[in-house]
Amino acid sequence: MTSTLRALFGACAVAALATVATAETTITVATVNNGDMIRMQGLMSDFYAKHPDIKVNWVTLEENVLRQKVTTDIATKGGQYDVMTIGTYEVPIWGKQGWLESLNDLPASWDANDILPAIRGGLTVDGKLYAAPFYGESSMVMYRTDLMKKAGLTMPEKPTWADISKAADAMTDKAAGIYGICLRGKAGWGENMAFLTATANSFGASWFDMKWNAQFNGDAWKKTLTYYVDLMHKDGPPGASNNGFNENLALFQQGKCGMWIDATVAASFVSDPKASKVAADVGYALAPDNGLGKRGNWLWAWSLAIPAGTKHADAAKTFVDWATSKDYLSLVASKEGWANVPPGTRKSLYANPEYAKVPFAKMTLDSINSADPTHPTVNPVPYVGVQFVAIPEFQGIANDVGQQFSAALAGTTSVDDALKNAQKLTTTAMTKAGYIK
Amino acid sequence: MARAVTPARKLGFTIASWTVGLVIFFPILWTFITSFKSEGDAVAIPPLFVNFHWTLENYVLVNQRSDYLLHFWNSVVISVGSTFLALVIAIPAAWAMAFVPGKRTKDVLMWMLSTKMMPAVGVLIPIYLMFKNTGLLDTLTGLVIIMTLINLPILIWMLYTYFKEIPGEILEAARMDGADLKSEVLYILTPMAIPGIASTMLLNIILAWNEAFWTLMLTSSQAAPLTQFIASYSSPEGLFYAKLSAASTMAIAPILILGWFSQKQLVRGLTFGAVK
Amino acid sequence: MATQHSRSAARLMISPAVILLFLWMIVPLAMTIYFSFLNYNLLRPGAHDFVGFRNYYYFLTDPSFLIAIKNTLILVLGVLVITVVGGVALAVLLDQPMWGQGIVRILVIAPFFVMPTVSALVWKNMFLNPVNGLFAYFAQLMGLQPYDFLSQSPLMSIIMIVSWEWLPFATLILLTAMQSLDSEQMEAAEMDGASAISRFIYITLPHLTRSITVVILIQTIFLLSVFAEILVTTNGGPGTASTNLPYLVYGQSLLQFDVGGGSAGGIVAVILANIVAIFLMRMIGKNLEA
Repeated sequence: MTSTLRALFGACAVAALATVATAETTITVATVNNGDMIRMQGLMSDFYAKHPDIKVNWVTLEENVLRQKVTTDIATKGGQYDVMTIGTYEVPIWGKQGWLESLNDLPASWDANDILPAIRGGLTVDGKLYAAPFYGESSMVMYRTDLMKKAGLTMPEKPTWADISKAADAMTDKAAGIYGICLRGKAGWGENMAFLTATANSFGASWFDMKWNAQFNGDAWKKTLTYYVDLMHKDGPPGASNNGFNENLALFQQGKCGMWIDATVAASFVSDPKASKVAADVGYALAPDNGLGKRGNWLWAWSLAIPAGTKHADAAKTFVDWATSKDYLSLVASKEGWANVPPGTRKSLYANPEYAKVPFAKMTLDSINSADPTHPTVNPVPYVGVQFVAIPEFQGIANDVGQQFSAALAGTTSVDDALKNAQKLTTTAMTKAGYIK
Repeated sequence: MARAVTPARKLGFTIASWTVGLVIFFPILWTFITSFKSEGDAVAIPPLFVNFHWTLENYVLVNQRSDYLLHFWNSVVISVGSTFLALVIAIPAAWAMAFVPGKRTKDVLMWMLSTKMMPAVGVLIPIYLMFKNTGLLDTLTGLVIIMTLINLPILIWMLYTYFKEIPGEILEAARMDGADLKSEVLYILTPMAIPGIASTMLLNIILAWNEAFWTLMLTSSQAAPLTQFIASYSSPEGLFYAKLSAASTMAIAPILILGWFSQKQLVRGLTFGAVK
Repeated sequence: MATQHSRSAARLMISPAVILLFLWMIVPLAMTIYFSFLNYNLLRPGAHDFVGFRNYYYFLTDPSFLIAIKNTLILVLGVLVITVVGGVALAVLLDQPMWGQGIVRILVIAPFFVMPTVSALVWKNMFLNPVNGLFAYFAQLMGLQPYDFLSQSPLMSIIMIVSWEWLPFATLILLTAMQSLDSEQMEAAEMDGASAISRFIYITLPHLTRSITVVILIQTIFLLSVFAEILVTTNGGPGTASTNLPYLVYGQSLLQFDVGGGSAGGIVAVILANIVAIFLMRMIGKNLEA
């Protein structure tokens, strides 16, 4: 590139910037298009009133697109974003690489000790907090109380997988368009594999043994996948292998699902009378187990992180502080009601008597507290993470394995073949990455 | 004279064509209708065609959530800018190939087209790094450059096939009369070439408007066009058909209207030399 | 013929295009070739050591590779067959006398202007979805079980969506060609008592041959790199049932962030695309020269 061209581009960039920024600092925030984030964008007037010198540019994207863009950007040090919305999978890996600003110096009013320990632990590497949780979630059973009653059943507070299949069979009425259970089937490490990995934990399965050998040829995985495929064939909706979180949420809100085992954060959407036809008839229970000591619930927190080397670190920190503060929770509560507050991050929220009245508050907290990312499985494993394995290679491998399991659900592959393929491709990938010598 | 066309025959063809036309158009019509429904009506069974409460709430919501005008403007700048830049480079090249063909002209042309077959994902990281190092990430300049390069081969080829149809005798005659290169281009070629250039331009604007890989990967906020606007509605939480429809309508309407108004011009040059 | 003067002027006029395209091709390509020999994962910074052909080995021995090639071919050929046959039929139909021809033409070409992402989203959610989609509703009206298009026949569904996008393009070009058909020739044949079918086979089709080759060439260029439609609807699945070559490369580079593997895949894709290109050019070249 010649220097004239360079100057030309530089001039263009300056001209482009000059039109938006006068004296204020502009920060670019990349976020996922989930309901709580969209809500935050509607509440920005509060931030601007407190910080008139900072302007926020939103980049709101669907989860997969967001992940590709921010990962490409941070790994190549592209510097396009000042704040990124990432999860508990990315934070430990990126933090260890030195890609993120430490957030240990957030103001005292932010009160790090108020963050739920399970969540805080997942966002901390070597004593440094690398991301501030915006909302936290585990998974739980959401079920239709009216349909359970009609079927003459009651849902235990701590159901087993046998309870779930019994209830699903009883509630299914395909002629009326009611499917006993809706579960994730769409391939992706954050979609069906999140659910299946967490479920497998409760069946005594794990991704790897202590020597990083893949475990899909074991009995426990076969039981997990057989149970899942059989249950979904019998009581699930058609097209389940394309249903992710959002698709299932829409189905549940329309009253087409008897049960749905998914993120606790969904509770505020299914119980919102404006969006959900069944808002008055939703009950909650802990994710099921098999009596092996582990439940099938995961742990996740969408969190705000600041890439190392950003030019606007101070403004970015100001924004992160505002968006994840106690005051923000009160702000949402005052504008939209307590049920719509971003859940699962702060002890003080659950200690608040107003919030305790929200029907799913206790179940959310119990679910989060019962997840243990450092000891996720029945047998010992060399990794941390409940519904993921916190190594960089995981998302690629789990996407491919997810495709296999999605095909098994669609019926285009058998359970045995899907597991065989999963075992093979995981072993290949782990060998290539140098874990298996 | 034309064959006898009985009214019955004409009516038959009319019904058949309209049926086919409406079937092909239906997905777009359905999207348009759905954009005026409430989310509940959008998934109602049986489907509602006109007898529902028409509302503009989705458009209001979409406009609250995203800066449509910014994305729209970026799309305009990128598609029109890259088209003009590409035309400036392509017209001379295509002219020269059409009127002063050398031994290698055909090969050069084929080679140009083959660069279009390079899978974009394969070269994303190199391009991303180059853009980062030159400060072109998230700038309209960067996207105009990329779109120009991507569509250049098709442009040259279209123009080439079009120019080739301009009868050589006219040029010969002009040369005999002592016209130099400049006046040859200005007074003879340009008027004859305008329809071809116009349709090439239109096609290129459409292709650039709809390109959804580079525009998505190389922008974040300032330069993001409508493709990114759509990406934020692709699967939000809960029922979203109506909002998705409203966003889709807003993203495709400008180019659809442009396409409809200019379809005559578009068609005239789309022949790629295939019509004698 | 051309004078020395005009020849050098011509060279001058071509060179910006050639130089630009050459740079556009060679610089990323050289970098991609270089990356394809490295152990380079975006998520693992630090030294990227040279690994020889290991990335190629893994890419080429991946069982999905052959499936992806097969799917790419099925996708390209499927769409070509549907759009060419459908395009000829539509062109013949629209060329008949009728009322409101202009409006019908506007309706038919509309899908060509729709962004691939948008059309994939609309088809996936509002038509093919087995619970809320319109097709499911029509199936139930007729007393059938709703068919789950995207899981049961993912590749066919994608072919359908892509065909819907490209049918207008084929129709437009073929219709223009139809309209340049000499009507006197047609009438003479009709006088001689040639049936509609033989008129179509002996007059219309030969007249359309060149247009059809053009449609095939242009569409193939775009169809080889179909990507957005797959990403939005099936993510290449279930399993690898709808993974084509660009999607496979995408998986390597942007889902696994394995730049080395993705680059190797990219190079393989470039080589294969060029083989198709050479083949196509031969065919087109022959047809267009005549």
